[in-house]
Amino acid sequence: MTITNQSAPVSQGQPPADFSGTASPTTRWLGVAALIGVAVLLVFAFVLSEPDQRLDPDTNIVIGQFDAVRLLYVHVPVAILPYLAFSITALGGVMVLLKGSASATWWDITAAAAAEVGVLFAGLTLITGMIWGRPIWNTWWEWGDVRLMTSLMLFLVYLGYLAYRRAMPVAETRARRSAVVGIVGMINIPIVNRSVEWWENRTLHQKSTLTEMKIEDLTLLSLIIGFVVFGLIFVWLMVHRFRIGWLEHQAETVGLDAAIMQRRAQAMTGTGVDESVDHPGLTKGGDQ
Amino acid sequence: MTHVGYLIAGWGITLGAVGVYAASLVRRGRSLAKTVPPDRQRWMTADD
Repeated sequence: MTITNQSAPVSQGQPPADFSGTASPTTRWLGVAALIGVAVLLVFAFVLSEPDQRLDPDTNIVIGQFDAVRLLYVHVPVAILPYLAFSITALGGVMVLLKGSASATWWDITAAAAAEVGVLFAGLTLITGMIWGRPIWNTWWEWGDVRLMTSLMLFLVYLGYLAYRRAMPVAETRARRSAVVGIVGMINIPIVNRSVEWWENRTLHQKSTLTEMKIEDLTLLSLIIGFVVFGLIFVWLMVHRFRIGWLEHQAETVGLDAAIMQRRAQAMTGTGVDESVDHPGLTKGGDQ
Repeated sequence: MTHVGYLIAGWGITLGAVGVYAASLVRRGRSLAKTVPPDRQRWMTADD
């Protein structure tokens, strides 16, 4: 597989006036929509939705999660996103291994971007889960809980994926090997998701309240808004992180092109043409 | 309202972390864009 520089942009010349860094008109509108969405979500989560409280018919005591249930609207949407992100990473890994062409670069950058954004949300899932668990379960963390442990493993595997990518200097090798890690790591996703069903006696988590439709009305609507808002945020982050990966790739190839030109110039003014400029080890996107 | 501290922590950490990460992406993008020629700053190319 050869990862090459895509040196034939569709749009040549100066970028548009409204184009700076990784932003574009579309991402700006997306960002505005996400910010408005966050404001709407906060209103639904803290003003419109009701606290969870009901009367226990046996004891005649008011029970429930009370206002702690408002963490539902942030924890659950955030917890879904690592599944999506790491699935994209795995898909990107498959495409990197299958594609022997320039598009492997595109997929490799996409996979890395999804992994980084996914690790952010996986970390936030663990943190918000701990914060929610303390008042409800009276514990920050339970080492015997399969959902917690498999979620932690998922987080650590993809954190390792990112660390591995940083440690690998050669682009082609990095792409192929990290693709394998990304694909293998995805095996954990159905285990995390199904753990509360498969080992229901070994978890503090309840089974999915969403698929069994145990929540309704404003609670359900607020949760759906949470999914939409964090989905918008995820897309915004993914687009920007992908573009950073693309710019990093271009910056590497620009530096390599300059080095090759310099070597060629030195060879032309020296005793003869230096054959190493055409050596496969100096292909674009290679030894950096 | 009950559990105020937990609510502030849960929501605050989440929105804060996402905001900080988003800001870092924008900053990294602007910094990188200065090192790459304009004609190479398009994300989709004919080869993709």
